[in-house]
Amino acid sequence: MSATWNILAAIVVLGLSGLPAYLLPARSETGQRVATAAMVAGSLLGLCGVAGGVGGAIPSVAGAAWGLPYGRFSVAIDAVSAVFLALVFVVPALGSIYGLGYWGHAQHRGTGRRLGLFYGLLAGSMALVLIARDGVLFLIAWEAMAMAAYFAASVEEDDPAVRRAGWVYLIATHAGTLCLIAMFALWRQATGSFALEPAPAMAAGLASAIFVLALFGFGFKAGLMPLHVWLPGAHSAAPSHVSAVMSGVMLKMGVYGIVRMTALLPVGPPWWGGTLLVAGAITGLAGIAFAIGQHDLKRLLAYSSIENIGIIAMGLGLAVLGRALGRPEWVLLGLGGALLHTINHGLFKPLLFLGAGAVIHCVHTRELDRLGGLARRMPAVTGLFVIGSVAICALPPLNGFASEWLIYLGLFRTVGLGGEPGFAPAAVAAVVLAMIGAMAVACFAKLIGTVFLGSARSDASQHGHDPTATMMGPMIVLAFGCVCLGLFPSIAIAPLEDASRTWAALAESTPISLAAVAPLGWISAAGLGLVAVVATFALISRITPRAGAVAEAGTWDCGYARPDRRMQYTGSSLGATLVDLFGLVVWPRNHQPAIHGLFPGSATFKSVVADTVLDRLVLPFFRAAGRYMSMFRVFQQAQMQSYVLYVLTIVIVLMVWGTMGAEP
Amino acid sequence: MTANLIHVLLLLVMPPLLAGVINKTKAWFGGRVGPPLLQSYYDLIKLARKSMVLSTTTTWVFRAGPVVTLAAVLMAGLLMPLGAFDAPIRFSGDPIFFAYLLGLARFFTTTAALDTGSAFEGMGAAREVTFASLSEPAVFFALLVLARLSGSLTLTGMLHGPMGGFSAATAAPLILVAIGLFVVLLAENCRIPVDDPNTHLELTMIHEVMVLDHSGPLLGVILYGAALKLFIFGALLLHVLAPFQTGVAWADWLVFCAEMLAVAVAIGVVESIMARLLMRRVPYLLTGALLFCGFGFLLLVR
Repeated sequence: MSATWNILAAIVVLGLSGLPAYLLPARSETGQRVATAAMVAGSLLGLCGVAGGVGGAIPSVAGAAWGLPYGRFSVAIDAVSAVFLALVFVVPALGSIYGLGYWGHAQHRGTGRRLGLFYGLLAGSMALVLIARDGVLFLIAWEAMAMAAYFAASVEEDDPAVRRAGWVYLIATHAGTLCLIAMFALWRQATGSFALEPAPAMAAGLASAIFVLALFGFGFKAGLMPLHVWLPGAHSAAPSHVSAVMSGVMLKMGVYGIVRMTALLPVGPPWWGGTLLVAGAITGLAGIAFAIGQHDLKRLLAYSSIENIGIIAMGLGLAVLGRALGRPEWVLLGLGGALLHTINHGLFKPLLFLGAGAVIHCVHTRELDRLGGLARRMPAVTGLFVIGSVAICALPPLNGFASEWLIYLGLFRTVGLGGEPGFAPAAVAAVVLAMIGAMAVACFAKLIGTVFLGSARSDASQHGHDPTATMMGPMIVLAFGCVCLGLFPSIAIAPLEDASRTWAALAESTPISLAAVAPLGWISAAGLGLVAVVATFALISRITPRAGAVAEAGTWDCGYARPDRRMQYTGSSLGATLVDLFGLVVWPRNHQPAIHGLFPGSATFKSVVADTVLDRLVLPFFRAAGRYMSMFRVFQQAQMQSYVLYVLTIVIVLMVWGTMGAEP
Repeated sequence: MTANLIHVLLLLVMPPLLAGVINKTKAWFGGRVGPPLLQSYYDLIKLARKSMVLSTTTTWVFRAGPVVTLAAVLMAGLLMPLGAFDAPIRFSGDPIFFAYLLGLARFFTTTAALDTGSAFEGMGAAREVTFASLSEPAVFFALLVLARLSGSLTLTGMLHGPMGGFSAATAAPLILVAIGLFVVLLAENCRIPVDDPNTHLELTMIHEVMVLDHSGPLLGVILYGAALKLFIFGALLLHVLAPFQTGVAWADWLVFCAEMLAVAVAIGVVESIMARLLMRRVPYLLTGALLFCGFGFLLLVR
């Protein structure tokens, strides 16, 4: 019980952390420090609650009736919530510390306090989403989270691009909420209440309808393709630490929703898992293909988040499939991998976004092809960014590998090892995952190569230095987490197994454990071995007497003596072949100059990778719809009286209709 | 224990010999004498004793590239069973670790190339990561086929097959997978028809162009790592192509070495009788490899 109260208190502290700043002048740094202190304190309180809640044998529940006509205030923590809560209580607090240097109130007089207020609200409402055990409470928390994220992401509203991104986000998130409202309505019809407790049995059609609505409603938030339309714009428009929280934590609320609803619904048909697997595969492949084509540092990272959500969805699909077919080892590996990847992505993606923020803070541009050569001026940020990139490419020995490895192991089992019954179509997902992995390497080699390596591609990029300790500290903590979970993934086994067992309602007696099907200890051993070999080689190269004999010269450019920074390979050209291979999806557009004569004049080349779904499908559709809907403008009188009149008329019509229907 | 020692010894010593055999074969086809068989060893010793020239543009990433690459490839070699013998390190799920170690090697090779800021090395890096995006799924199709046939999730178990060897009924998928894996071997190790290790034109190279700026011991590390990778892929392919064993330990090692040299000769033959593909045709070749492995998978699970 006390764990729940701990977390409720933490939610209040987090949610209100931005308020004290309003008692102080706008430029006051004290207000910001108070807010950060509150964020840190609230998060620590919450983490204590999570630790207590996980230790408890039964899920701790607190409930109370409230004055609203529907639902009741009912909250609880179980092993599934705990995994996600851990993220909510780590990343936003770190981001808040980062914000001290990145978005100081003294420099951002107009927006600092507002950002702090909604940043805290965002963190608090996310935690409430995770513990809500009532449909109505869940929707309230969900909506608070969505709106807080909107206001936090669009603080720079002077910029038309930010306004547009915010607008797209608002529409997308409400489309998702609409699906969720419909889902909870069906849920109430099926179970008789809004309480989020496991449903004993329901009609198969109804269960499938709820599943599909959950997939769409939560898919909008998580960023499953093609519902991802809001994600790249909002992430690039938001301040970097807000992007970090949105990508690292808020997207995971969508994942949580799917995890929660699939646990509550009765065991469904295999096509549920199949749908999730296919959606995950499409999301992952398309996400990374778009990421490779991006010219904007933060948009690239946003698309890579979509890719990672795809990987998580694949793990989840495997678990749902395993539950439907009665294969507990698929459930353990699939859900364990998906949840571990959720945590992992919540560590390395914020690390990368904060690193990107440090770059933008110094260089004031997000355009990849104007960056370059920052490794010499920002060595610490470069090192941390390389750690984040290796982790996100799922390369050993860092944490991304451990979680993808679990998912791979599960997918390999679906092929039917040695002729045992399997579900071979699911195994193709392993091949897709391999392709995603190889393309992620391409994407992040491009990113590191264009941002940090080579020489500066513009004058702006010739400045820059490692940021202050308040900005470095959170990044170091996140990188440390990546290394720890990569080298010692077994520390996560117990919570993951708890969560998987809770999710699938496996009996304690089921003789299977994650440790038995996935020898994570070997991953530690092999990872440590790799680190040892690298360290040995590095040492040898240091102590070899000849290693000091080094001459410096310019880069060899095939005999050309005066290589220029503009001759470097650009980010666009690095990804060009892969983008062309995925041309049907990514649809790149190159505006090439026509070159005539022996001495052509100056010309410009431009390549654009727009979002296929948003810019080529959704916006044209909305524009067309807008044209035809304009005939309804006649009702728009811009007078309050007439609008209230409409309301009155409609209500009276409905009342008349209702009473007529009631007559026998 | 003895087997493990021989494994490590062969892994460390034999790879440069393969390059010598390939070059001899190519020279024979061209009617030349060619460099001595042990030329690669001489080159490595020479490079180790030279001093380095570093580009003024480069940072620690440039130096870390070859070192991490070699470490990763070496680890991968310890996971790969040689011939009839088990790998020194084996655990459930090690094929994935194996594939991602090669991914780690690729990540650091390409970032080291990009560190020089040269357009040529950028081109090589772009090609390397692009082509790997096509060859990696092919490898995973092959792994799925082997996992299903053998019922094992370790490389050793997968490649040694089920008790009593692969049955004749599974020959068709295995042949398809072997063709696919051979193409992947050529591509991953930058041989003709994907890349020409002897070309003189930087514009058309993949691997060689990425290491233009490396010199001295670092270049030696890169060359050695490349030879090691060829050796490992050769060992992988041999399991599928020629799973012969005698049952006597020393004879099995001899068989393995002979087979490995035969693979080198085969690569030399391919390099001698084929021309390099147009760079934009390479994705088609790799897609072909993917299709072979994919159809192998389909034949098996149908």
